Amino acid sequence: MLKQLTVFDAASLALAFAIPPLLLGTINKTKALFAGRTGPPLLQPYYDLLKLLRKGTVLSATATWVFLAGPAAGLVAAVLAALIIPLPGAEPPISFTGDFVVLTLLLGLGRFFTALAALDTGSPFEGMGAAREMTFACLAEPALLLGLLVLARLSGSLHLSCMLGGSVATHWGAAGATLALVLLSWLIVLLAENSRIPFDDPNTHLELTMIHEVMVLDHSGPALGVILYAAALKLFVFAALVVQLAVPVRSGWAWLDGAVFVAGLLGVAAVVGVVESIMARLRMPQSPVLLLAACLLSAFGAILLVR
Amino acid sequence: MEIWLWAIGAQLIAGLGAVMVGRWPRVATFIGAGGAVTGCLLALGPTWRVLLGSSPDPLNMQWDATHGTLRLGVDALSACFLLPVLALSALAAIYGAAYLLDYRRRKSLGPPWFFFNLFVAAMELVVIARSATLFLMAWEVMSLAAYALVTFEHEKPAVRKAGWIYLVATHLGMACLVAMFTLLGSQAGRLDFDLAVGLPALAPGVAAAAFLLAIAGFGAKAGFVPFHVWLPEAHPVAPSHVSALMSGVMIKLGVYGLLRVVTIVGLPAPWWGAALGAIGLVTAAVGVSLAAQQRHLKRALAYSSIENIGLIALALGVGLWGMASRSPVVATLGMAAALMHVWNHAMMKGLMFLAAGSVLHATATGDIEQLGGLMKRMPWTARAMTLGAVAMAGLPPLNGFISEYLICLGLANTALAAANGPGLAALLALGALAWIGSLAALAFVRLIGITLLGSPRGDAAGHAHESSAMLVGPQVVLVLLCLAVAIWPHRAAQLLSPAIGQILGAAAGETLFSAEALTPLSTLATINVATLASIGAVATGLMFACRQARKAKRGTWGCAYPRPSPRMQYTGSSFAAYAADRLLPRPLQSRVKRTDVRGLFPEPTELASRCPDALEENVYEPLFHRVADLFAHLRFLQQGSIRVYLVYMLLAVVAALAWVQLRGGVSWGGSPSRLSLPDGPAARPTTSFPIASYTSIF
Repeated sequence: MLKQLTVFDAASLALAFAIPPLLLGTINKTKALFAGRTGPPLLQPYYDLLKLLRKGTVLSATATWVFLAGPAAGLVAAVLAALIIPLPGAEPPISFTGDFVVLTLLLGLGRFFTALAALDTGSPFEGMGAAREMTFACLAEPALLLGLLVLARLSGSLHLSCMLGGSVATHWGAAGATLALVLLSWLIVLLAENSRIPFDDPNTHLELTMIHEVMVLDHSGPALGVILYAAALKLFVFAALVVQLAVPVRSGWAWLDGAVFVAGLLGVAAVVGVVESIMARLRMPQSPVLLLAACLLSAFGAILLVR
Repeated sequence: MEIWLWAIGAQLIAGLGAVMVGRWPRVATFIGAGGAVTGCLLALGPTWRVLLGSSPDPLNMQWDATHGTLRLGVDALSACFLLPVLALSALAAIYGAAYLLDYRRRKSLGPPWFFFNLFVAAMELVVIARSATLFLMAWEVMSLAAYALVTFEHEKPAVRKAGWIYLVATHLGMACLVAMFTLLGSQAGRLDFDLAVGLPALAPGVAAAAFLLAIAGFGAKAGFVPFHVWLPEAHPVAPSHVSALMSGVMIKLGVYGLLRVVTIVGLPAPWWGAALGAIGLVTAAVGVSLAAQQRHLKRALAYSSIENIGLIALALGVGLWGMASRSPVVATLGMAAALMHVWNHAMMKGLMFLAAGSVLHATATGDIEQLGGLMKRMPWTARAMTLGAVAMAGLPPLNGFISEYLICLGLANTALAAANGPGLAALLALGALAWIGSLAALAFVRLIGITLLGSPRGDAAGHAHESSAMLVGPQVVLVLLCLAVAIWPHRAAQLLSPAIGQILGAAAGETLFSAEALTPLSTLATINVATLASIGAVATGLMFACRQARKAKRGTWGCAYPRPSPRMQYTGSSFAAYAADRLLPRPLQSRVKRTDVRGLFPEPTELASRCPDALEENVYEPLFHRVADLFAHLRFLQQGSIRVYLVYMLLAVVAALAWVQLRGGVSWGGSPSRLSLPDGPAARPTTSFPIASYTSIF
């Protein structure tokens, strides 16, 4: 399970944990470009994190230990998920049969405690956000898992590193339609799970329309910083899945593959930024329909494959 | 072997003793609970040794009333169900001692302790019985004792109704079981459980019929949809330690029965696995959908038990399919997932019911809309319940995660290995399982979040105090057991592997057990430990960072609303309504009745929502009313005079004898034997007449 790390592995890992806020910065920069603004600097999320870690906290009198366990569990779940995701050319630190199941369950753990921390404050809005987050997850999780299973069936392996390895490139030739459906489905899941437009507007100021942001209304200071970083890490996990499905480049030179991968990550962030710029947020009743569509896309992909 | 009989004996004697001293509640409690605990502890050691590999000699005794002998034995399969029975019963007895004492002014505590001991003893006998007659007798005693325990507060009409539904359901199941064992016995000539040994394999039709009857009969006890309707009625009204036992272990004995039948009837056909898996998936989906919408704490837990029984059935289906298709990895993973989930669910659902009972005890209400804020008022119960909820949702770092992973892995292996049809089915089943798992997480976030967190929604919750050590202690023990399985899942799998080998080997004559299939469990152990340790570390770090803020707390930010009140909190009903509206088909949603707001000066309006079981309302109630109407025509037979009933009995015996005479003897196992009237002791044992043996049960 725990492998010996080479220099390259260590570098990939360091990158994996350093790059997530940059994705948020890229999204914001893209949106600014579209709107004709200069926008905040690319590295603004890093400054935000540093600022939050130094700030004081306000705790609610209603809240208990669960309120702080929420951010902690969210962070740990995201970190472990990032450790399970294989990066191009590098051995993932955690790899075993069925690790993709554990990946989805870890994301579930983070969600579980975030929702509990929201309910811990006793705020009506945060309860609403928790209900929304848990409901959407019920549709996002099957879509993600079905897509992963399609890859498992294609590669004949239950290890993520084999499922997402160089073999994906050959499968695009044999089962391109299936993979295209899965890719589309995962893009939708990425937007939903990371509370992006069209599901949720991270910049909204109306609590009634928020999903993820409303759950963390009462968190402040270091706890909010932890939540922000965990959210960025979660975005990285989903983006890494999407990139390795869409751009399965395996040139043989690990450093080149790594560079392509990073470019791909930034590309996904740019795509998210473009989607946010050209679309409005869906009305709340329509969001589950879109997620259901993502489930069906993955399921159709599976049917096409196994037919 | 005798040690188990001693244990059962101790419990029966303690039960009788409790009745005799029922006038002194504390003495009755001491004797009743003490006997139950003593019996369980006596048998716990030997059962553990069986799991480690010892095999005690089975006990054979002559028994006139049956076909064959009175046989008792503890093999790996028995032991693996006996262990949760013993452990949870002991904990429930300790808990019940404190729980029932509150009723001492109103009720005699003798009968509840008698039935509790009888219930535990019967459950133990069910798993060690090795002949059908003894098994069915123990099964019936278990069902009836459970009925007596469920109707503890029988002065309430709702309790009597729940008990009645349970009684009807369990006897419909019993009828299927009698039919099944008669069918198997007529094929084999004996009613012992090793009846298949040395005989040619059963004809496929007979085996299939036996399997279907077993699904119906054991499914009624386990709670497979559509036989589940008694669970959400019986569990909420029973005392909480009884709910814990019924949900934690009694319904699992249905799973035990199914597995025992599988070892008897031989190699399964592939469609058995598919059928059981489909039943399991539907059961889990229906159970979790309704669990997410209940207002009553224990009713929600009962529906969650239905979900988990569904998951176990799904895992069994995967295992059976693996057996039928000779795929050792799939078969091992399926059976391991099923048995592991039996253990895990016994621990975590036992824990949840005990915690729910503690909440009920402190607040006198199970309505989650009246609760809230218990994390501060009942810290131990609330912490135990939170950890139990994480386990129930199948999330790391607790034990539910282990079995969830095994089920998923079994299905994923099927999806990989199988040909197109079954492969696609397994693939989509895994997608459905992801939906079920997320919905279970939603259900438990709602249950925990509304019950334990936030501010109290009613006075009852506001004035709650932590329960006594007798109520909290068993919960803590169960939390520790959950953690133990989460940290050493590979050890648990080692303990289960003889039983898995027995199921997978006995039928085919070759063993399909593959130890390699279970190797990833040690990795899961590392992940669990890492998750536990790092969540603890990060949370401690955050607490340290917030140490200033913890001294001066403010109110929750109510979005600029100056005076937020507890009534403004999100409710369990709105939480459920949001999810149900988007995720569930209409028959599974709550029924909402509201009057519209009209006019410029609207009248007061109201909204009522309830979440009934659509199957019960739309199918069973009309059906049973119709049946009752039909049977009303037969009321003239019930004269209420004992002489008339004696005539009926005489007529029945004459009719039976005439039937036998006209058929020229009963053929039982292919060897026709003439029926001779029992005119002397010598003539008795050889007669083979099925009705005679079964009348002794009823």
